[in-house]
Amino acid sequence: MHHEEPFTNRNVSESSAYYYVDIETYPTEGWDKFKQVVKRTFNGELFVGLWVVLREMIKFDIHTLQYPLEKLPIGPRYRAVHKLLRLWESGYERCIGCGLCEKICISDCIRMDTRIDENSRKEVTEYSINLGRCIFCGYCAEVCPELAIVHGGRYENASEQRAHFVIKDDMLTPLDLLKAGEQAEYPGFGAIIPGSDASVKKTPLAY
Amino acid sequence: MDVAFIIETIVKIVVILLIFSALAGLGTYFERKVLAFMQRRLGPMHVGPFGLLQVAADGIKLFTKEDIIPQNVVKPIFKIAPVITAATAFMASAAIPFWPQFTVFGYTVHPIVADINVGILYVLGVMAIGLYGPLLGGMASANKWSLISAARSAAIFISYEVISGLSLLAPLMMVGSLSLIDINNYQAGGIGNWIVWSQPVAFILFWIAAFAETGRTPFHLVANDHEIIDGFGTEYSGMRWGLFFIGEYANMFFISFVIAIIFLGGFGDGTIAGAIQLLLKVAFFFFFFLWTRAAWPDVRPDQLMWLCWKVLMPIAVINIVITGIVMMF
Repeated sequence: MHHEEPFTNRNVSESSAYYYVDIETYPTEGWDKFKQVVKRTFNGELFVGLWVVLREMIKFDIHTLQYPLEKLPIGPRYRAVHKLLRLWESGYERCIGCGLCEKICISDCIRMDTRIDENSRKEVTEYSINLGRCIFCGYCAEVCPELAIVHGGRYENASEQRAHFVIKDDMLTPLDLLKAGEQAEYPGFGAIIPGSDASVKKTPLAY
Repeated sequence: MDVAFIIETIVKIVVILLIFSALAGLGTYFERKVLAFMQRRLGPMHVGPFGLLQVAADGIKLFTKEDIIPQNVVKPIFKIAPVITAATAFMASAAIPFWPQFTVFGYTVHPIVADINVGILYVLGVMAIGLYGPLLGGMASANKWSLISAARSAAIFISYEVISGLSLLAPLMMVGSLSLIDINNYQAGGIGNWIVWSQPVAFILFWIAAFAETGRTPFHLVANDHEIIDGFGTEYSGMRWGLFFIGEYANMFFISFVIAIIFLGGFGDGTIAGAIQLLLKVAFFFFFFLWTRAAWPDVRPDQLMWLCWKVLMPIAVINIVITGIVMMF
């Protein structure tokens, strides 16, 4: 049912054929007014209107999207509610607790607490985003060195409290989904460009 | 008057009431669907298959809604106005033959409540009384938009009564009878005998007047949403508002029957094929009401009055004169 309208160039430019509409002066004399009425009456414009709507009915080119059942595809760089990703191999959280997202957040809505765990690894104990303040600018995802916080495509949010959307456990990929290979890599801000391996060159050391 | 006649009449009345109340509901469904398709939408889809039960859902909603009587309205008039609209619409149907006569179990049924010899006069007269629905409802509503709507309805309905009356005069002169069955039988010879061929001007004029009298879109000034909200219906809620709606849609069906019978041959010679043709004609006229709503913009009230008194009425009078001259010689 997905349908894309062909793109029409509606930009105003030198090449476009804009011209002033030729509007006749409005008649003042009674006889001229009468002639105008007769001309408009028998011009057949009413039937043009009837034909246009009937043609659309016969073509039956319905543009309705039956929303809860059908959805428009959203772009890969769409910035909806955040997600926290896990490492593919070990299942650890990718977040290393560097705090860059907290620092760069221009609406100051990210808050995190960290500690050093028993493996001397920095562990994030609390991570929350105040969606009442978040402007979905995407800086947190862009700045993240580990591709740990990304923007997801979950734009249908209904809850009694906005805080419910961004509890850390909800944002984090569940372990069973990770094992099932359901964690999608983020192709948006800061992500590795496809085919970037080929463009990597060895750092020239010996001159 | 024997008992059988009274029972038959009551049965006919009940059947017409039930069928056309249901058709008024279905009419809203068709209107929403047709308008939707013409605007590349789907229309109601969720209640029942293809949204067919939307009619039932709307009916339940209208019946169970609170009947709000605002504080400053003139209560008895406010309450009776929707009844006038619905009642006059159905009363007008009494003289309309909906179907040729047929025989069931040896009993001949005439599908017309009363074949009176002033049929079309009665239909037009009672439809004209329907003016009091919007007029009284609007004036009693204590609402400025309703009041404007009431004034407009009085102006439009009375003006276009003139057009419908004068335009019908010419075909009636030819037929020589006011009974719709006589008018129908006059054209029983087939397509060539249809009055529309001999009276095309009257046909167009009556058709235009039908739009004004049912308050449909090119002349939808009585309840023009973007100017005066819902006009006389602004203060109404629940089933009282629903009665206005049933009246409007029943009127659309009845006026479609009248146009089809007077100008397009009605049910012809009275066979089943003719009867089905009549229903098809009515369906076309009903569809045209919806079609124009999708295609045409509304005109201004002054343009409507101008069209009525300066264009249509002279044409109607000239049409009568020419018809008379042709009939004399």
